[in-house]
Amino acid sequence: MNIEKVIFSFFIVLALTLNFGFFLGDFDNPEHHNVYELFIVVVVNLIATVLKFGERTQMGAVLLATSLVASLQLIAAVLVWTFAVHINETGVTPSVIGTIVSLAGGALVANIISVVLLVIDISVQRR
Amino acid sequence: MKNTALFLILRRMRAPILALIVTYAVSILGLVLIPGIEADGRPQYLSFFHAFYIMTYTATTTGFGELPVPFSDAQRLWVTVSLYISVVAWLYAIGTLIKLLRDPALQQLIGQNRFAAQVRRLNQPFYIVCGYGDTGSVVVRSMIERELGAVVIDSNQDRLNELMLENLPVHVPGLCADAGLPANLSLAGLNHPDCRGVLALCRDDLVNLKIAIACRLLSPGLTVICRAQSHDIEANMESFGTDAVINPFDTFAVHLALAVHSPDLHLLYEWLTAIPGMPLPERLNPPHGTWVVCGFGRFGKAVQRHLEYEGVPTVIVEKEPVKTRAPKNVVIGRGTEAVTLRAAQIEKAVGIVAGTDDDANNLSVIVTARELNPKLFLVARQNYSENDALFQSARLDLVMQRARTISRRILALVTAPLLTDFLRLARHQKPAWAQDLIGDLRPILGGLTPDHWSVSVTEEQAPAVHAWLQAGNTLPLSLLMRDPRDREQHLHAMALLLRRGKEEMLRPGEETEIRPGDTILFCGRRGVAEHQQRMLTEDRVIRYLVSGETRPQGALWRWFARREA
Repeated sequence: MNIEKVIFSFFIVLALTLNFGFFLGDFDNPEHHNVYELFIVVVVNLIATVLKFGERTQMGAVLLATSLVASLQLIAAVLVWTFAVHINETGVTPSVIGTIVSLAGGALVANIISVVLLVIDISVQRR
Repeated sequence: MKNTALFLILRRMRAPILALIVTYAVSILGLVLIPGIEADGRPQYLSFFHAFYIMTYTATTTGFGELPVPFSDAQRLWVTVSLYISVVAWLYAIGTLIKLLRDPALQQLIGQNRFAAQVRRLNQPFYIVCGYGDTGSVVVRSMIERELGAVVIDSNQDRLNELMLENLPVHVPGLCADAGLPANLSLAGLNHPDCRGVLALCRDDLVNLKIAIACRLLSPGLTVICRAQSHDIEANMESFGTDAVINPFDTFAVHLALAVHSPDLHLLYEWLTAIPGMPLPERLNPPHGTWVVCGFGRFGKAVQRHLEYEGVPTVIVEKEPVKTRAPKNVVIGRGTEAVTLRAAQIEKAVGIVAGTDDDANNLSVIVTARELNPKLFLVARQNYSENDALFQSARLDLVMQRARTISRRILALVTAPLLTDFLRLARHQKPAWAQDLIGDLRPILGGLTPDHWSVSVTEEQAPAVHAWLQAGNTLPLSLLMRDPRDREQHLHAMALLLRRGKEEMLRPGEETEIRPGDTILFCGRRGVAEHQQRMLTEDRVIRYLVSGETRPQGALWRWFARREA
């Protein structure tokens, strides 16, 4: 058992599950989407991205790319939230939460790709 | 290759960045969860945005104060803890980054990448110079002056620092690496389309041999010029078709023998191979008679052989006659003492060559010999360029400096292949021929060493002349030496050699008619080549030189001219 692999897989899967948890719920209902959860999703995604820094394999490069996509999508969602609450001061209206959830949904797709790639990588190694 | 540095940085920065993310996340989460000062009975909580803002100015120790609202004591406690943790995380990250950038392996990698990029960007013909010692630096400087590019490889960083401080008009990329490794030669542009050749000038003959082999195999079309000090290696290099192998000892000995044989020819050689624009060297007059050669090493052997060939008798002085396999009539001793020199009959000799591998001994020999016989012609071998001042003040007639000897031959080979042919042909001429040529050249040069250049009458290099000849006109050689600004004036230049197919004409006459495909070697004052370049490329300049009329340029002026007529 390789402890590095464990940590690596753990964060990739955690990024997906948390992302899915935030995404779950009514699309335009602010009550169903928790700001703490979004924060944790962003942090875990950033960690998952940094963990792939400096990988020279083809798989490592693709995983870095998908994680970067997810992180950027989530940061965009965070920015939308910040704008709505602090700058425009409209609060989290259904239309705002709709935008945030759709951005998080994009990140979810990227995270799913990450996990699928991870599974393929493991099955190819046959060990 | 190119991304290795980036990968290395990213990989090593992984841990510090993770530490930063985690400390920020924990601190922000703490700030958001800890209740603030109560307002109207309810505790106020910070939003994520405000928490991130506070951490941003706290972790970087900017410390704006308690913004946007005063903190509760619980928050203050948490901010204090977060500040210490996050500052440590920042120090860790920045420290790692700085350590990484100062890492010698990374530095070397970055240097290599930069070097490779500089070489890729070169867009003029260049030579790879391996070894930037005394010889290499002279060669590079002269090549740059003649508008040839250079790329330097040397295994010693100090020498490359010298290259950087040299203040050359063009940037010369330098790499600190072993030139004997093919990978480094490729990095230096062995396969670059503008690479003309490789000059192997390392101190170690074996490295030069490796370079020569690598070039022959990896890039067979290139010119390879090597320096070699032992005859074994020289023969080895020549065996697989190295273009030129230069042995400094033999080269100098040939030079000295030439000066004895024909002082004028020697002077001609000195003039044509000097750096242009320097004061003209004076004629040497080595006397005929017996010469004393001190030191029978590689240098002494070469000198003795070439002097004997010219019919000059020599007396050898050598400390270790058995080891050096000296002839039987050798005088045993160093030559630094008067006794040995007297035994070698220095009073009757006309010249002395101090040729040991020790500069102090050589100078000592010279000084002692001069005291015994003030009329001697003094020749000394200088092994180290640091002793320049000593050898200059010793008032010697001729100094053998390895660097100068090699660099002159290399420059002749590299900058004007035709010049090498000219000098080869000139050597077979009578001494009177050289005397005539020197006499004719002196007024043209005006006291400064000449520049030399070759002109090929082809469509690319001389389009105007080529077109003029293709149109059925004739053009005597004298016309190419008229001044394009005033055709009554002569350019300060002379044609030395004309090559037409396999035929080679030494000093072609003024009335020789030029034909397409000819290659002509000129020599003349510095800057004359640029004037001549105009008539080679501009139609109207030729027309003016032939007929004396200036044809108006442009449609309007032509129309005017027609009306006037």
